Amino acid sequence: MHVPDGFIDAPVSAAAGVVAAAAVAVSLRGARRELAATGPGAGTGAERTAPLAGLVAAFIFAVQMLNFPVAAGTSGHLLGGALAAILVGPYTGVLCVSVVLLMQGVLFADGGLTALGVNISDMAVITTAVAYAVFRLLVRVLPRTRRSVAVASFTAALLSVPAAAVCFTAFYALGGTTDVALGKVFTAMVGVHVLIGLGEAVITALTVGAVLAVRPDLVYGARGLTRPLELRTSPLAADDAPAAAPAAPAPAPAAPRRSPRRLWLAGLAAALVCAGGLSYYASSSPDGLEKVAHDKGLDTRTEEHATADSPLADYSVKDIANRRLAGGLAGVIGVAATLAAGTGVFVVLRRRKAAADTPAPAADTPAEQH
Amino acid sequence: MSTTAPAPSLAVSGLAYAYPDGHQALFGVDLTLARGERVALLGPNGAGKTTLVLHLNGILEAGAGTVTVAGLPVTREHLAEIRRRVGIVFQDPDDQLFMPTVREDVAFGPAAAGLRGAALDARVTEALDRVGMTGYADRPPHHLSFGQRRRVAVATVLAMRPEILVLDEPSSNLDPASRRELADILRSLDVTVLMVTHDLPYALELCPRSVVLSGGVIVADGTTQELLCDEELMRGHRLELPFGFDPRSVTLPG
Amino acid sequence: MGAGHAHKLYRDGRSPVHALPAHCKIAAVFCFVLVVVATPRTAAWAFALYAGLLAAVAAAARVPAGFLLKRLLIEVPFVAFAVLMPFVAEGPRTHLLGLDLSVSGLWGAWNVLAKGTLGVAASVLLAATTELRQLLLGLERLRIPPLLVQIASFMIRYGDVLTDELRRMRIARLSRGFEARGVRHWGVLAKSAGALFIRSYERGERVHLAMVSRGYTGTMPLTDTATATRTHWTRAAALPLAALAVCLLGWIL
Repeated sequence: MHVPDGFIDAPVSAAAGVVAAAAVAVSLRGARRELAATGPGAGTGAERTAPLAGLVAAFIFAVQMLNFPVAAGTSGHLLGGALAAILVGPYTGVLCVSVVLLMQGVLFADGGLTALGVNISDMAVITTAVAYAVFRLLVRVLPRTRRSVAVASFTAALLSVPAAAVCFTAFYALGGTTDVALGKVFTAMVGVHVLIGLGEAVITALTVGAVLAVRPDLVYGARGLTRPLELRTSPLAADDAPAAAPAAPAPAPAAPRRSPRRLWLAGLAAALVCAGGLSYYASSSPDGLEKVAHDKGLDTRTEEHATADSPLADYSVKDIANRRLAGGLAGVIGVAATLAAGTGVFVVLRRRKAAADTPAPAADTPAEQH
Repeated sequence: MSTTAPAPSLAVSGLAYAYPDGHQALFGVDLTLARGERVALLGPNGAGKTTLVLHLNGILEAGAGTVTVAGLPVTREHLAEIRRRVGIVFQDPDDQLFMPTVREDVAFGPAAAGLRGAALDARVTEALDRVGMTGYADRPPHHLSFGQRRRVAVATVLAMRPEILVLDEPSSNLDPASRRELADILRSLDVTVLMVTHDLPYALELCPRSVVLSGGVIVADGTTQELLCDEELMRGHRLELPFGFDPRSVTLPG
Repeated sequence: MGAGHAHKLYRDGRSPVHALPAHCKIAAVFCFVLVVVATPRTAAWAFALYAGLLAAVAAAARVPAGFLLKRLLIEVPFVAFAVLMPFVAEGPRTHLLGLDLSVSGLWGAWNVLAKGTLGVAASVLLAATTELRQLLLGLERLRIPPLLVQIASFMIRYGDVLTDELRRMRIARLSRGFEARGVRHWGVLAKSAGALFIRSYERGERVHLAMVSRGYTGTMPLTDTATATRTHWTRAAALPLAALAVCLLGWIL
């Protein structure tokens, strides 16, 4: 799925580059918090970021070489975005996958240099953000068991891969240089990636399960799941501290959780409506969208006189305007939905982080020792 | 053996430490190393050896007691200087050699301390020369043999001109020739050495003095030969000599 | 990756291309690809000129054609995609060798193939004439955030170590008579992946300790002093400037 040079036109590639750069900049700051020390030598996150994120990036790179046989000699491998998000957190995940993509582009020419922005936006940012949002949502909604974590990882990975395909389609709608109907691109990309996502989902769920069984403290997405420390009220203390004491531990963690849960559910509903609306739009009016990918912006002007039998020549001006409008609208909706989902995730995460700051150290204490 | 210099290289007194989860690893360690001494730190697994080592350069903060390095107490405000004075060589050289080339790795410590340009180059060359790895400066660490990587790991620390060299299992995974070469290198250095090891013959060969850490306290301190010959002590702390090795029969040079 | 693959990616040499500072080369390649992408696809001759420019660079760098072509194979998945395009694209059809093809699809396929191939070839030349370490330093000099470059250099340093661990785990599995043959065996492979993650993370923590022990406080000490002279920049700019001239001609003609 590494997009090469020339697949998306220059202006959209540049815009995607800006989006990707912003996302990486945000992630650089976020990763420091995620990787802040819990163990010996506790230092600030800043000095732990480079070695830990570097090793996680190396892990993603290495694990992409682990072949999972499918059938009859074919095999697939992990993409790793969802796995990284769940294991080390969304910011570090974005960072690590971005670095892997950067190195693949520069060293192996895998994915074009000008397409780096597009590649990072869909494969690093969208995959990771969607996977983490879905994962956290499910973990909060489902009962606190290990099986729930597996189900959540499965669903997160399953959705994250087609989400990247949707994001790619949006880029394609805006700046695709080929003339394939958007509906077809959408169907083909999402169809293929649902299949890929299935494999990704199984492997991710199994891998998260394997880590959870040995070092549950290392699974970032499941950190809140460690059983809260049990406090047994001594019969002696009960006399001194009236009613409030025994009641305190129970509702305290539950109260703050209720409102975020509602927020998460609302977010999910909104995302579903967005996704549903978008695909309905794409499938119900295929004619209006068909030519969306047709050379826009820079190319259009020369194209018209350069190729006499260009499809554009057949259409009236009004038609073009309408089609462009439709296409543009679809693109705008796609990108707006993507951005909204992205910012939503970041904002909610940040708010949660601030809220969770107080219970966090308590949950992290038993994390490490030598 | 121990000369009473005004400021010993290392002075640990009453050091106790418990991990954040409540597990206590050290219960009051007292240990003094004079300048230029080579001392082996022996003890079974889980005795607290690694925990003690991580206190020497302030990675862990003492729960009780003090650590001083050449007169300088290990506290937060002295951390940079302490980390220059105490050079720790970790067990896995792949953890220690994290830079893309040998030269950059050896330069890392001195550069972090502010050395630049020709002085830095000279320091790197000198350190590599002392471990006999001058010809490998531009190689990626991954291309070296395990023994060579261990030697470079020692060089990375020597480049900081430490007051005391702390080695964690220096002889592990080395073939006999690399083991001997490393011993020659260590013997040629004029720094204080604290060597954490399970390799008792190696301790006997290199370190005139040994201390035994067990259960979070120092349970024995004396000449290596005497300690290794004390069968009761050895059995009591899960220390075993390799088959057929008799410390009594070894004549030590010097 | 990294050191282990260095012999495959990088071709040691003493050519004028090798001698250019890495950041000049990276900037030049990037601008070149940008210009290529912005060229109208109908100007087929422009792409031929671009290919000629790259061939000249390859000749100057003494990179043999065989090496370059072999590395171009990375593109194959997208070639397959491009081949499909004339069949699925819309618009007026044309008949070629008895096949019913879309004209705009053909143009699209040509566009992706030409630009993609030139992009890959330029990147391959960059990697073939620049040492890995220099590439990273070059990125840093181009104001890529230092933390990002640090992460990348750790990734390259430990990529090999981790791939080795993965290989050892595979040998250990094989030695015990296990060979993954299908979906049923994914659980075992996933356990390897999980174990690899734990080892990687724990190694990251140990590396952090080793760094802190040698005075690391969050920023890498600057040991890189290489600078580019005006001559370097002029030489490196030759490629993108020539390409820009071709591109402008392509728009005008």
